Amino acid sequence: MKQEIWGWGRAPRAVCEVLQPRDKAELVAAVTAGKLIPRGAGRAYGDAALQPERTVSMRHLNRLLAFDPETGALEAEAGLMLSDLLDVFVPRGWFPPVTPGSKFVTLGGMVAADVHGKNHHHAGSFGHHLDWVEVMGSDGKTRIAKPNSRLFKSTVGGMGLTGVVTRVALKLRKIETGWIKQESVVARNLGEAMDALEDGESYDYSVAWIDCLASGDAFGRSIIYLGEHATQADIDYRQTDDPFPKARKMRNIPMDAPNWLLNRTTARLFNAVYYRAGVRGEGERIIDWDKYFYPLDAIGGWNRLYGKRGFAQYQCAIPLEAAEAGLRQVIGEIGRGSEGAFLGVLKRFGPGRGTGISFPIEGYTLALDFPMSSRALDLMDRLDRIVEDHGGRLYLAKDNRMRPNLMKIGYGKGLTEFAKQRDEAFASLQSERLEL
Amino acid sequence: MISDAPVLILGARSDIALAIAHAFAGRGHPLMLALRSPNRLQAIVPDFEIRYGVEVTLHSYSATKLTGQAEFLDNLPQQPQIIVCAVGLMTDQEEAAGDPALAKQVVETNFLGPAVMLEVAAERMAATNEDCAIIGIGSVAGDRGRAKNYVYGAAKAGFAAWLSGLRQKYAATQLHVMTVKPGFVRTQMTAGMNLPGPVTVDPDAVAEDILKGLEKKHHVVYTSVWRWIMTIICAIPEPIFKKLKF
Repeated sequence: MKQEIWGWGRAPRAVCEVLQPRDKAELVAAVTAGKLIPRGAGRAYGDAALQPERTVSMRHLNRLLAFDPETGALEAEAGLMLSDLLDVFVPRGWFPPVTPGSKFVTLGGMVAADVHGKNHHHAGSFGHHLDWVEVMGSDGKTRIAKPNSRLFKSTVGGMGLTGVVTRVALKLRKIETGWIKQESVVARNLGEAMDALEDGESYDYSVAWIDCLASGDAFGRSIIYLGEHATQADIDYRQTDDPFPKARKMRNIPMDAPNWLLNRTTARLFNAVYYRAGVRGEGERIIDWDKYFYPLDAIGGWNRLYGKRGFAQYQCAIPLEAAEAGLRQVIGEIGRGSEGAFLGVLKRFGPGRGTGISFPIEGYTLALDFPMSSRALDLMDRLDRIVEDHGGRLYLAKDNRMRPNLMKIGYGKGLTEFAKQRDEAFASLQSERLEL
Repeated sequence: MISDAPVLILGARSDIALAIAHAFAGRGHPLMLALRSPNRLQAIVPDFEIRYGVEVTLHSYSATKLTGQAEFLDNLPQQPQIIVCAVGLMTDQEEAAGDPALAKQVVETNFLGPAVMLEVAAERMAATNEDCAIIGIGSVAGDRGRAKNYVYGAAKAGFAAWLSGLRQKYAATQLHVMTVKPGFVRTQMTAGMNLPGPVTVDPDAVAEDILKGLEKKHHVVYTSVWRWIMTIICAIPEPIFKKLKF
């Protein structure tokens, strides 16, 4: 069926033939018919899961296949939503080993983007916790790829271009409670923020919200959120009654906000208010897993706040040795620009996988939203040059506008390795744009 | 309805049927799923076992077969206390109206086949003297015939009338008969149709409405705002209605 679809950033939009296979026979028919790209929950921000000729939604292939309550080993079909996994397993004391900032993603999407979470500095990316993945090529045949295989190395982070991920085997981690012990720390500038992230290494989870519009002494001011799964001993009577709290009910944004709502002025205001609230709330508290990991999921369709024009998320990673210099230039450039930048997120990455086109590399990653406009695109072009000069790269799951040159330089050797495992029938608007 | 009451779902491969299966399993009911090709739902079995800790069995079932109802029920691993009939076939209106063989298939799939099965099952269930229920999924298309969809609508109207009759027949027993009339639902059946967003719901919402309706022992359940929409549509005088184009 022809349908206009888009990614989470709502730009670009494309009319695509969307197929929704409900069993293996239907999937084989969809995969062997010609050019295609698989699509999970549509949470990649840009054009990674758009293919006008054939976009194959994996959402109906979402079954749990096996679970070992002794080891936490789980096998499931790739269309399983992380939110469903959480609903089933949190009450039993299990948690995903790595989770991105939204639970409305599929396992297949998590593999394809090799997602990272707030625990990257300890746990690495999602790919580090897989026993195997099953991949179906355009010949309709499935192959089990184990971590040492070339197919595995290129499929993890490979954006669905080596074939469609059909099944995933991963290891869940044991948790004592569904509560998180969170410590928030105020950093008055970028240096303090990076120090706090380095000092917070002993925590399981760490991430900083950063104000990219503050200048002078407050340049790079941040609130650092450190966290750990609370043990039975950490929680008090208010939480012991409900050791594994359920996810919150979602509220929806019913319509597109006007384009002018989010602009430089409201971004400054938002960031200032958020920072003050962070200063007042500094210290330790116990919060539930849903609020800690998925704060934005409480508002369904928050992407509509950017209005019809949509938005771009810019996420770069800069290697450790060049990180501080690179971040200073990137944030400086944003401050000089006339674009709003909401929700800046800064995170220390541990060592990356070093294979294929998996995004994380040891160093720092910064992610920001820009309302879509030609000025924002110009600004991002300028940011690209800074990222390139510092040996960095951009995250494909967020990207909707990168140029092929930065892709080649940023991903280097891994890209060559990846190219050998490409299944040429698989192509998205993104892969065509980036000449992958 | 007690939570370990076994549930039989006829026509279990549809999106609405699967949503209903999830809703019942989530409340602890063991399931028997009947469909034409049981192997297509094989993956459901471990999924429901892990997700809900309930047992699911799959059974071969042809909705249009008008004989062998008793044997089918005898061969089930346990006698169902709740039966959900979610069988449905919607074809192109023009084709069905012009081809008697296809029209017959639409009527037999949506109406006659399921009605005959529920007739046999109702007698057995009522005889158990235990709380039990039959839930038949009709359609708002059966409330008033429209040029766009009247073969399907006529079959669903027949099914609704049969259910209404069953309800009266067994009123004095423990058997509760419930008719469900979903409005627009985003499913495989309606994929590609241009449905108005605000009054179109997901299969999960239909399933929740059905389970709530069952708890309260409603007789006829419409989903979302469709009771009001259909009240208005049915109140339009025929001379005006016949000139409307929708």
